[in-house]
Amino acid sequence: MSSIEERVKKIVAEQLGVKEEEVQTEASFVEDLGADSLDTVELVMALEEEFETEIPDEEAEKITTVKLAIDYINDNLA
Amino acid sequence: MSEQKVALVTGASRGIGRAIAEKLAADGFTVVGTATSESGAEAITSYLQAVGNAGCGMALDVGSDDSVEAVLKAVSERFGAPLVLVNNAGITRDNILMRMKADEWSDVINTNLNALYRVSKACLRGMTKARWGRIVNITSVVGSMGNMGQSNYAATKAGAEGFSRALARELGSRSVTVNSVAPGFIDTDMTRELSDEQRALMLGQIPLGRLGEPEEIAALVGFLCSDVAGYITGETLHINGGMYMA
Repeated sequence: MSSIEERVKKIVAEQLGVKEEEVQTEASFVEDLGADSLDTVELVMALEEEFETEIPDEEAEKITTVKLAIDYINDNLA
Repeated sequence: MSEQKVALVTGASRGIGRAIAEKLAADGFTVVGTATSESGAEAITSYLQAVGNAGCGMALDVGSDDSVEAVLKAVSERFGAPLVLVNNAGITRDNILMRMKADEWSDVINTNLNALYRVSKACLRGMTKARWGRIVNITSVVGSMGNMGQSNYAATKAGAEGFSRALARELGSRSVTVNSVAPGFIDTDMTRELSDEQRALMLGQIPLGRLGEPEEIAALVGFLCSDVAGYITGETLHINGGMYMA
């Protein structure tokens, strides 16, 4: 089983249509990876599915970078 | 059968909603039609079963967050996420504004307009994921023309058309189209409530000289929900016998 970091990065790459090596931990979805607002919503949806959880809207809005996504999953699921 | 797309039609027990549900069933969608009562839902189930559709009727109060959440969950579990949504449920509480009670105003806003927020939002996840979706909001010529005693109703119908345009922009990149269909006077229970005098006056304003049939509205909605209509979005299509030409 791959680490949470690897799983998050894989999903980000798939959802945003970028190469996995571009998905740096510090990358911002919007500024660095070219996501629009709908992409960020869909990304959270994909994370919810991958990790079988529900991320409340007010938390989802704060997940703006790869690192914040990894941290959220680690804090809430690990 | 599992490949069939699921279509959700609110207010499908009678009138225009029923005609739309039957049309979408004939076009190969698995149709879930909603009604405010259990008996209405059962009636929908019977007419869908009569044509061999796998869908059913469900009781739904579009004015209630909890009801919308529960029904959408049930639909998704039983049939899959709806990729077609026809927001058709609507009410009237006519009164001239100087006499209109606060609840006559707010009931209409809640059922006709706030419901669009609730039901549409609940369907977006499935549509964006599928990269295909159709939302059709049934509005009214009254949203464009206005009508004496219908300031509440007209506000919701014009509001729904603005909502459709904004949502069309939000979802275009996911191949989800959002349109409004604005019927004129159609032969349904809603227009049967009119007095003979009102009816005669109205017919005089319709170049085609007759009321429209629910099936004529349904045919247009069916077209908008089809694959070939995929380049029409954010549009309000008027269907009113010529009484209002935009």
